[in-house]
Amino acid sequence: MIGEDAVPRFGAGVKFRFDKVRDAWVLLAPERLFQPDEIAVEILKLIDGVHTISAIADTLAARFEAPRDLILADVVTLLQDMADKGVIRL
Amino acid sequence: MALLAELTHRCPLKCPYCSNPLELERASAEMATGDWLRVLDEAAALGILQIHFSGGEPMVRRDLPVLVRHAAGLGLYTNIITSGVLLTDEAMTALLDAGVDHIQLSFQDSDPANAERIGGYRGGHDKKLAAATRIKGAGLPLTTNFVIHSHNVDRVGEMIAMAEALGSARVEIAHAQYYGWGLRNRAALLPSRDQLDQATAVVEAARLRLKGIMIIDYVVPDYFAARPKACMGGWGNRFLNITPSGKVLPCHAAETMTDITFPSIRDHSLADIWATSDAFNRYRGTDWMPDLCRSCDRREIDWGGCRCQALALTGNAAATDPACAKSPDHFLMAQAVGESRPNAELVARG
Ligand code: SF4
Ligand code: SF4
Repeated sequence: MIGEDAVPRFGAGVKFRFDKVRDAWVLLAPERLFQPDEIAVEILKLIDGVHTISAIADTLAARFEAPRDLILADVVTLLQDMADKGVIRL
Repeated sequence: MALLAELTHRCPLKCPYCSNPLELERASAEMATGDWLRVLDEAAALGILQIHFSGGEPMVRRDLPVLVRHAAGLGLYTNIITSGVLLTDEAMTALLDAGVDHIQLSFQDSDPANAERIGGYRGGHDKKLAAATRIKGAGLPLTTNFVIHSHNVDRVGEMIAMAEALGSARVEIAHAQYYGWGLRNRAALLPSRDQLDQATAVVEAARLRLKGIMIIDYVVPDYFAARPKACMGGWGNRFLNITPSGKVLPCHAAETMTDITFPSIRDHSLADIWATSDAFNRYRGTDWMPDLCRSCDRREIDWGGCRCQALALTGNAAATDPACAKSPDHFLMAQAVGESRPNAELVARG
């Protein structure tokens, strides 16, 4: 399991950008393409190679006025999954 | 959506499973830089997100950095599929400067002598190793690719170890596909059932060991499967292939369908070809399907399998892919396996 102190960053060769044609955010990686859902997009937007998982959960909990525990669990699940797919490094 | 741009059919190597057609297009027929720049503009406007520069060997085109730069400027994810033998320091610097996102480097084997025999290019293996070091040195993610068949399948474990030692983020272990030159060499390339099972076991063990460190993509041959693959994610669904001379295909092997006229990007816009051409609509969706597929609950999962394989094996491109166990032609797969002569002599591509 990943810790709250870990700093997530995008793996080499990964691009997260807004696509005008689809009017949606897309995550592009070698031979892979993800169209993250709304929640995932909000999490991914906060990945800057500086902020920790804990800080990301704080920001989202404040923004959506939601319980931090729930948000943290979502963030950890998503990032763990993305790390297993090689898109995120921790 | 992805576009495979086959910039050229020229290649210093001669792999006997090359997916290029038996009739290779000549250098004089290749599109000019300006044509490709227009293709890239139109591709981005159509919603293409990823562009794979391929061939042949895309690096024999001197304008590759120009094309990469243009694609990157359009926000396209740029990938180069290369044998690596031309990836010198200067070439690497130019591509990096142009904004390339990813390079996929192919190896013919982990054993240098056998690799050079299969690729028909002396000294190629060392050049590829040097290319891998350059790609890593440039800070790019490295994908290594091994096409496996009866002549090298027993070394899958060594190939994975080699990919790991080179620092690959991803390795593709892909059984040869039987189109183009591969079909011509099918009997000599098809592994035996035992060889396949052993390779699969090695891959599965390595996946567990390397979870989170290196991704292993593994493609098994249809000949041993009960269900077909969703070829290209469905015909005309999310993939386009453009040949060196500008023909636009729904799949890189589609030219074997001699009853279809594939439109040229020199005469039509990409958007027109995608939406209205007979070539892209012929096997799009589910309407064209035989009853067997149209009434099957996997029809939008595998889209009835591969049209080119159906044509090559049954003579009818609109038949259910014989890789499917429900197909009346499924016995053809077992028959081909029965007729295979693992390790028999290979015919090098032209
Ligand atoms: S498969 Fe081999 S011969 Fe064909 S383009 Fe690739 S490196 Fe060249
Ligand atoms: S019958 Fe057709 S749709 Fe069903 S699994 Fe076989 S190939 Fe796929």
